[in-house]
Amino acid sequence: MFIIVAISVILFSIGNEKINESLTGGLFWVVIFFTAMSGLSRAFVSEEERGTTLTLQLIASPTVVFTGKLLFNLILVFCMNTVIALLYSAMFESFVLKNFGLFLATFILGNIGLAVASTIIAAIISKAGAKGTLYPVLSFPILLPLILTSVQLTLFAFDGTSFETAKFELAIVVGYDVIITTASYMLFDFIWKD
Amino acid sequence: MNNFSLQAQTLSKLFGRRLIFRGINFNWSGNGIFGVSGPNGSGKSTFVKILAGLISPSEGNIIHSLDKDVIVSDKLHNYIGFVSPYLILYEEFSAWENLKIFSEIRAIEFNEKKITELLDKLRILNRKDDLVKTYSSGMKQRLKFVFALMHSPKLIIFDEPTSNLDDEGKETVYSIIKEESKNSVIVLASNEKTDLSYCNEILYLEKFKA
Repeated sequence: MFIIVAISVILFSIGNEKINESLTGGLFWVVIFFTAMSGLSRAFVSEEERGTTLTLQLIASPTVVFTGKLLFNLILVFCMNTVIALLYSAMFESFVLKNFGLFLATFILGNIGLAVASTIIAAIISKAGAKGTLYPVLSFPILLPLILTSVQLTLFAFDGTSFETAKFELAIVVGYDVIITTASYMLFDFIWKD
Repeated sequence: MNNFSLQAQTLSKLFGRRLIFRGINFNWSGNGIFGVSGPNGSGKSTFVKILAGLISPSEGNIIHSLDKDVIVSDKLHNYIGFVSPYLILYEEFSAWENLKIFSEIRAIEFNEKKITELLDKLRILNRKDDLVKTYSSGMKQRLKFVFALMHSPKLIIFDEPTSNLDDEGKETVYSIIKEESKNSVIVLASNEKTDLSYCNEILYLEKFKA
């Protein structure tokens, strides 16, 4: 629902104006970011609200719990963002991909980074009082390098830039994914054990 | 003979600046029922959560070992059964579904015979397919015993095990505790004199406040 509302608001606000590729790429990742903020925190918050965290601690190791929650968020992120990408390609004239392979690589790597970072932040904020406010506030600085690089790579995909030219930005996203995944698995044990 | 042992070395816990307990040492092993007692707010639940590896102590450490081999924290949940009033099972599932899901997550065989026997012993077998949210608090407490015993743990922690139970339920729990103490280390945290009368050794937490 959030996706439909966000895209509808953008379409109504631009009216008949034709927006350029830079703005389309930026808005595409803005919608992805806020969609993630509205849905991904539930993985741990719902356990905390129902009071089942203790039960989960008693039946599985922290690594298993984190992997399970991460898989759930990965599936959710890929489903939501595929819908966003399809709606963008149908609704925005400037959403024309000249290098689909590069866009696909950006989409996959960006979604992995988004899901991992969102999952570990959800675990951190699940024990806090103001979860709803804290989640986007804490997520923004952590996700900013990923979002900015993904926007740049999306623009490269619009321009038809080759993989060779975009390899520096791709390396940043791959590095981000590796670092955030490693740090999350190392941190989770401490977060989970209070 | 149970070869599980539980050893605490200068165990302390503080919440912020508030001291809960300090300098607890013990070595519990073999078969037996070890009691933990103290007035309200003395830290009984905190203490048993530390024993179960659910929270970390502020100082000191707790060592779980089986056949003299230390059990790593990642595997600890396989050896522990836990019953407490604040433990909440998934209310949107039936008792049977809960137990089946727990077996799958633990990657152990779902022992239908054993679970049926336990449900029958705790007198909730006829309600096994009902959603947990429709259970009374006493029935939920009974289900927690099945949850704690279904994987034959070596260390069973009972935190106020008889809360919400009627007299008949309490008797069933005492018989389970006696039975399980033949094969497991039992830790029983309670203020009830009847509960503590089953213990071989009792740790009074108020002695560790200073």
